[in-house]
Amino acid sequence: MHTVTFAEYIDEHHPVVGGKCASLGAMTRVGLPVPPGFAVTTHAFYASLGRSTGVHAALAHALTGLDVQDLALLADAGTTARRIVLDNGPAIDVEAAIRAAYADLCASTGIEDVPVAVRSSATAEDQPDASFAGQQDTYLWIRGADDVVNHVVRCWASLYTDRAISYRAESGYSNLDVAMAVAVQQMVLPKAAGVAFTIDPTNGDRSKIVIDSAFGLGETVVSGSVTPDNFVVDKVIFEIVKRTVSAKECELILVRDKVVEVALDAERSTTPSVTDDEVKAVARLARQAERHFGRPQDTEWAIDNDENIFLLQSRPETVWSNKPRQSVTQGVVSPMDGILKTMLTPTRVKPAQ
Amino acid sequence: MTETRFSSPFDIGTPEGAEGWEEMYSYSLRFSEARKPYEDNMFWFRDSIHLPDVMPPWDMTVVQWAFGSLSAYNSRHYLVPPANGIDLRILNGYMYCTPVPVATPEEIGARVPHFMERAGFYYGNWNELYDKWMDKARDLIARLEALEFEVLPDMVPLEVVTSGIGKSNMHDLINGYHQLLDLGLWQYHFEFLNLGYAAYLDYFMFCKTVFPNIPDLSIAKMVAGINVDLFRPDQELRRLARLGVELGLSEALATGDVDTAIAAVGAHPNGAEWLAEYEAAQYPWFNYSNGSGFYHTDAVWADRLDIPWAFMRGYIGKLKLGEEIDTPTDAIIAERDRIAGEYSDLLDGDDRANFEAKLGLSRTVFHYVENHNFYVEHWGHSVMWRKMRELSNVFIKEGFWNEPDDIFMLRKDEVGEAISDMTFGWATGASAAGPGYWPEIVAKRRSIMAALQAWDAPPALGEPPEVVTEPFTIMLWGITSDSIQKWLGGMSDTGGLSGFAASPGVAEGIARVLTSAEQVGEIQDGEILVAKLTAPSWAPVFRRIAGTVTDSGGMMSHAAIVCREYGLPAVTGTAFATKAIKTGMRVRVDGNNGTVEILDGP
Repeated sequence: MHTVTFAEYIDEHHPVVGGKCASLGAMTRVGLPVPPGFAVTTHAFYASLGRSTGVHAALAHALTGLDVQDLALLADAGTTARRIVLDNGPAIDVEAAIRAAYADLCASTGIEDVPVAVRSSATAEDQPDASFAGQQDTYLWIRGADDVVNHVVRCWASLYTDRAISYRAESGYSNLDVAMAVAVQQMVLPKAAGVAFTIDPTNGDRSKIVIDSAFGLGETVVSGSVTPDNFVVDKVIFEIVKRTVSAKECELILVRDKVVEVALDAERSTTPSVTDDEVKAVARLARQAERHFGRPQDTEWAIDNDENIFLLQSRPETVWSNKPRQSVTQGVVSPMDGILKTMLTPTRVKPAQ
Repeated sequence: MTETRFSSPFDIGTPEGAEGWEEMYSYSLRFSEARKPYEDNMFWFRDSIHLPDVMPPWDMTVVQWAFGSLSAYNSRHYLVPPANGIDLRILNGYMYCTPVPVATPEEIGARVPHFMERAGFYYGNWNELYDKWMDKARDLIARLEALEFEVLPDMVPLEVVTSGIGKSNMHDLINGYHQLLDLGLWQYHFEFLNLGYAAYLDYFMFCKTVFPNIPDLSIAKMVAGINVDLFRPDQELRRLARLGVELGLSEALATGDVDTAIAAVGAHPNGAEWLAEYEAAQYPWFNYSNGSGFYHTDAVWADRLDIPWAFMRGYIGKLKLGEEIDTPTDAIIAERDRIAGEYSDLLDGDDRANFEAKLGLSRTVFHYVENHNFYVEHWGHSVMWRKMRELSNVFIKEGFWNEPDDIFMLRKDEVGEAISDMTFGWATGASAAGPGYWPEIVAKRRSIMAALQAWDAPPALGEPPEVVTEPFTIMLWGITSDSIQKWLGGMSDTGGLSGFAASPGVAEGIARVLTSAEQVGEIQDGEILVAKLTAPSWAPVFRRIAGTVTDSGGMMSHAAIVCREYGLPAVTGTAFATKAIKTGMRVRVDGNNGTVEILDGP
């Protein structure tokens, strides 16, 4: 089984499709609006690069016994390993499976050479205990079976960036037993996109959904290349309790089939990238994902020109969720004691100067 | 350059044409040289929630009772540790008030055990004491209702002689006025209210701590009362409308003015059944004021049947179009419980236990916080104004003045003096002084009031304090650093206004600016209502308009409570809306964010 579509995903697939695809599959299954796509599984990876293949010895040779503190050696080893992966390409049956899955995606969306995003879905990534996001590459607006296959392989190769190799070595993961699944997902062309946390990342308040948003593709928000608009939404009554419209430097848009970064003029720069209603709709989706997964989520979302809102990713929030919860009250207080304490706490009314 | 303080009351002059306004009010309510060191050191804000307009002289009587009673419960009954009462003054006819803090930490500490014992007793026995309260309040109103002010007879009735009563109408008038001045109703008003606000404030602050930036609306919605008598008058109108339609009386009910319609209903075979229900609904539910209830000019349904009839006819119109007119009570309860349940689920351990306890107590106390308003400001005051007019008619008969409402141009003590004058004249058979004395004063005071009404009263006086600890100041009047900043800064350059996001939703429409409650009938469907304040009794028009903007009021003001009850987008406490917005302008009300935007002029 070299590929698994998001729609046919079941929990048993989790180990072979990686965290991101598992999450997209689970989201699809519960009816969240996830653009369709498929996972290229770790079986496909192993069949192409695993221990049973001829290429593995070459990888082992490049990476075994490497001193990752020596940056020159690390760079050489990384270059070599990536070259091995790219030159080797996928196994024949793996390539056939990817082409078939992509053809099905084109057929089901009714779009010839449907544009897709190709992203890593590493098995060590996206786990609640390791915020390993952004360590692998993402390829946007890929069209045609040849390019899809090509970029799946480039994702595999990104397992061996210098940074990934040294990170893995330092955190005790083997550089040889690691495997990667890849997500191939139809790309929506958003007018605005961003991220939504179902917990306030600034203080751990679980009653809020915090949304960052910018024009165009959401990668600008994820990468931090744009200062996004920021909205804080109450997740019980879906009121926007705080909004900050930022001067957004640029947006990622599609020009002649290429994703390019364009600067924003002064007026558009300070225009909110989303309406209040859109903010609330995004918040509702994020809340739905949180309810489904049973814990605070870190999601990515996008809105297209037809006002369709998509969730592109949902993974567990890791910073606050893994901390013990701080009790605000420290012990159960009788209502009278609470009232007395409140009465004795003055409310500041003088405006700040 | 932003100002940091408001004008001193001692730097504000008398508006032209209002010279002599001071005589309209008790000496004790004016700013004066003798108390200047204290007065100039305090921060005075206008209570424009209840008292947006110039105070008529007699009407101040009730205001002083109200603030005196509020204050006594803080300072003398429960010994609220950091807060004494709310002091008040009149400047150019407008009422200003200030919370009086307890001076030293030692004094505050000494009050703590008393507060715990006294307030604790009330919280601990709330429902039982509240039941008693209902009996007391109803009994007091019944006693006011039983007062009679009869025209002075040429001779006392024979039975006064034959039954050995030994007292005349002279005594009855003087004594009756004293009984009308029974301030019990206002004592009762604050028996529970201060504690209700304190419990609510504690719960409110707790919510803000565990859920930073939680919308005020969420906090309010979790305690929203169901089956509150304050909304009963409107329910009665809806019930009568429905019954009228069911009995086939729609046409009869729509005939001409109220009297004509009642005659038409009476002539209908099913009319008697409806009329019986109508009679039953009127008392007490038509003792419902069109305003805050603090002004004798606030129209009361019972005296102005055209008002409830217009509302009722509106409901009949909606019913005939197949529209829903009932508040979905079950849905409101379900939503309230959903919200409370979800917030509770977001907490754990002690936090959840404390949240549940505070929410529980707030729900217990909140029914009173909403409900008392009907009994005191609406029912009780309606009876009081009616009885005052009965007394005034006695004066009119004796030639003291010409209009029933002229009596309100006299101060409380002056009415007492005038009764003495009138009854003395009646007793002696010589002439009373009043007919030659009062008409000129009444006319002069009416002219002063008109001059004062045109004056632009500042929202506050003096220097804002660093902090406030008095629960009403924060929760009811909405005195916060934001509101003070707004008052100091005036309107924003863009013509936008901001206030409290009192009830959610966004609405755009043509503005209808009301300067008095009398104009409620002018409102057209789909308009945005702009007023200094709104009264609960305006509720029927809330179903027709798109949104509301008020000058005054915090999250817990009556306007805010009612707007939420009716699901109407509302921004309260904008301070300047009735000045900035003109009828006919197109405006956008954002009840989610508490902003109002003027889109274009008329």
